[in-house]
Amino acid sequence: MTLASTLLPIDVALGVIVYWLLLGLAGLLTQNSRVITQFIFPAGALGAMVLAAAALSGLGGAVNVAVLPLGLPDLPFHLRLDSLSAFFMLLLGAATIGISLYSAGYFRAMEGGTLGLLCFEYHVFIAAMSMVFIADDAYLFMVAWETMALSSYFLVTTDHKVPEIRRAGFLYLLIAHVGAIAILMCFGVMQGGHGDYTFATMRESHLTGFWASATFLLALFGFGAKAGILPLHAWLPEAHPAAPSPISAMMSGIMLKTAIYGILRVSFDLLDVQLWWWGALALTLGLLTALFGVLFAAVQTDMKRLLAYSSIENIGIILAGIGLAIIFHSFQKEALAALALTAALYHSLNHAFMKGLLFLGTGSVLHATGERNLGKLGGLIHRMPKLALLVLIGTLALAGLPPLNGFVSEWLLLQAFLLSPGLPHSYLNMLIPIAAAALVLAAALAGYVMVKFYGVIFLGQPREKKLDAQAHDIGIWERLGLTWLALGCVLLGIFPVFFILHIDYVNQMLVGQTLGSTAAQTGWMWLTPIQPERASYNPLMLFVLVVIGVVATIIVVKKFYHGRLRRGPAWDCGYPEQTARMQDTAEGFGQPIRQIFELFFGIIREVPSPFDKKPHYRGETRDLLWEWCYLPVAHLIERLSVLIGKLQHGRIHIYLLYSFVTLLALLAFTR
Amino acid sequence: MNGILLQLFQNTLVVLLAPLLLGWVNQCRAWLQNRSGAGVLQPFRNLVKLMHKDAVLANNASPLFRFTPYVLFASMWLAAALVPVIATDLPLSPAVDVIALVGIFALARVFISLAAMDIGTSFGTLGARREMLVGFLAEPALLMVFFTAATISQSTSLVTIVETLGQKQFSIYPSLAFAAIAFIMVLLAENARIPVDNPSTHLELTMIHEAMILEYSARHLALVEWASELKLLAYITIGFALFVPWGIAEAGDLGALPWALAALFLKLMVAGAGLALIETVSAKMRIFRVPEFMGTAFLLGVLGMLIHFLLGS
Repeated sequence: MTLASTLLPIDVALGVIVYWLLLGLAGLLTQNSRVITQFIFPAGALGAMVLAAAALSGLGGAVNVAVLPLGLPDLPFHLRLDSLSAFFMLLLGAATIGISLYSAGYFRAMEGGTLGLLCFEYHVFIAAMSMVFIADDAYLFMVAWETMALSSYFLVTTDHKVPEIRRAGFLYLLIAHVGAIAILMCFGVMQGGHGDYTFATMRESHLTGFWASATFLLALFGFGAKAGILPLHAWLPEAHPAAPSPISAMMSGIMLKTAIYGILRVSFDLLDVQLWWWGALALTLGLLTALFGVLFAAVQTDMKRLLAYSSIENIGIILAGIGLAIIFHSFQKEALAALALTAALYHSLNHAFMKGLLFLGTGSVLHATGERNLGKLGGLIHRMPKLALLVLIGTLALAGLPPLNGFVSEWLLLQAFLLSPGLPHSYLNMLIPIAAAALVLAAALAGYVMVKFYGVIFLGQPREKKLDAQAHDIGIWERLGLTWLALGCVLLGIFPVFFILHIDYVNQMLVGQTLGSTAAQTGWMWLTPIQPERASYNPLMLFVLVVIGVVATIIVVKKFYHGRLRRGPAWDCGYPEQTARMQDTAEGFGQPIRQIFELFFGIIREVPSPFDKKPHYRGETRDLLWEWCYLPVAHLIERLSVLIGKLQHGRIHIYLLYSFVTLLALLAFTR
Repeated sequence: MNGILLQLFQNTLVVLLAPLLLGWVNQCRAWLQNRSGAGVLQPFRNLVKLMHKDAVLANNASPLFRFTPYVLFASMWLAAALVPVIATDLPLSPAVDVIALVGIFALARVFISLAAMDIGTSFGTLGARREMLVGFLAEPALLMVFFTAATISQSTSLVTIVETLGQKQFSIYPSLAFAAIAFIMVLLAENARIPVDNPSTHLELTMIHEAMILEYSARHLALVEWASELKLLAYITIGFALFVPWGIAEAGDLGALPWALAALFLKLMVAGAGLALIETVSAKMRIFRVPEFMGTAFLLGVLGMLIHFLLGS
């Protein structure tokens, strides 16, 4: 009792961070793969559980501050745990429980040395992400941010013997650092020449006008590079498939949220003004990102790339929510801002669970079959029924279907969109509800993508013979981890009011208004964000009614009619000779999307001539932004370096001449 | 207490009314095409016949395939039962607003598409792909229609929309005219009617809905058919709630129920005949003309919304 009351959440969080670092070191030292998988990863999950509990108690509690005697001589590490940090800490802890448990089963096949290193990097990665959330000065923040980027880079390149993976890792590192420079500059602007880099000083600096906008734009760019916001998304579909599946789950489910945290921290906490056009910009970018992500997800043939593009989509939805919150906040509509912010935060939490679940699911498929290509999978529901059931939950959640969790946040966000006619700005209140159509289109396309994902992997006939022979269902650790995440998807979907009451502490801190008093006004079952007459949603009742309907129908049908059943070959309109190759492939399933949205894709087709003896067909869909944004920059840099290269001759006297000329110029300048 | 009885009554009503409505549509179609038709009770006879047959399941059908008809039936029944059809004080209705209603339709669509892919035949996956294509095109248009009604009545709850549009005062909203056309187009597409899909054909390369349910037989097929009849009824009654809400009984007004029932029958007869007329005079379009068709519906929905803002009505 006394221990619990004297232990502040921040102490517990620090303890868990140190504990994780020690676990990582232990893994590095033992190099025994049995110890690492059977003991260290489950122990890491235990730490995550403690962290999540501490974060839960920290939500809405007093702000905890601490100063560590580390860091620079005049700038020790400042730590702070407020409701915003606690919420993201909770997200990290809750998702890490599942991912760490799963990793205990997943990595068992790896040999000792690599596994020890991986275990070390893994725990440094999660410790660094937790540190990002509690950093309270720019220096510690950047140290934690860079540790996170580097450790994840090493994790992505675990399989570094494959050239594509090295290339993906390099691209990731490059974009991460371009982003980090922008974040550093953003902090530089905010400290406003005081030379004091604590966040407390930045809160006091009261930037206005141009400098505030510059800060926001730098933050949006810097954190956007981490989150994969258009056009800085290029690393995401490369790095996620390259990494081992638990790492992909971690990066997509949690690491992308550190960027969301950063945007919220800077725009709502450190800056004290918000201009409406920042929100409009974020909203537009968010919707574009969402549409872009989901369109590209629909045409992918690699299951992990598909999920990576779907992550881009979800980040877009979250950013759109943040943009809406900024717009409402700038017009002092705090209750509406709280609604939009709740939607964004709720979606962040949802995405951590559902994308974690699906990425881990692809890991199991990969383990069992050795295939990532959708065109070679199929029919796994018969061989891996347990995995198929758990992944089905994630699939339905990510497709945004009631009564699961993805629907709750989309519902809240649509409600927020519908409330914008209350704004005192005539164009905004007209255009925003129409912009909601983009969100709906993205959500509906997500359904398409998820049907493709699940249908091609788990349903139908196996497209390769070896699948039948090889595939085996998941083990106990995998099942534990996946079940935890699936349970989260269900609970977040059915009891939204409980979670919203907790998210409210963040709303209280950022916009000074809560949703809870109205959201729960007609009881904990009813989600009524504004008034009960205006909109209400009761997922529990919906769920129970569907279950009752299903059970009643089964009973009635069985009772009043016979339950006779025969098995036979598939009918298929009487066409004989059905083979597995006649099913839709992933390309086939994406074909309507390619045809309708042809303008947005760079499509390369090689069609054989009718007289070709060995006909070969190739179709490739490329990202046009790569050619429009990245290649010009790369060419420019190349040309500049050729120019600069002309200065280099490799002869010492020429370099001395350069020094001499520079000195003369400086003398002339300072004269 | 009254509310619960009313809810039970409506649950029974919709489940019996749905096959009847389809029978009526088919009968009207037969008359329009100079045939005598099979009578309005034919869908019931079909359901009974299918229920009595032995089910044949493909060798590699998974549990998902067997489970789906029940999910479809339950969710479509729920959707039809939650729309204020004859009275507004349904105790279950606040559980689901129009956005969640769209969600329930999406749930059913995803389940039937997954079931269609389960056997792994060429027709099944083709149907699933097309169904999802129509679905993602129709969903934004449908929500634009709902948003127009929701911004007028300041609510996304169907009950409040009905109360505002139908009972508080009588006024004409030009925006709703656009929304109504968009809604009819979405209704045709989502219920697999001509010109998007042909409900009375098999063995045609352009089929969508029928391609998905090819492998179902007996009781499973009966449930799937019944679910799509319920879906048609749900869509048509949603249309009534949005555009012709007159006649629906107010909360606590039990005396108005017989009138509400009569109004509902009348409206369903007119709507069914209208549907048959549309299907008779139009031809089925190519699958890749569907995006244009749905794009038109979406733009009409957006226009309705803009007109609402511009006229302020």
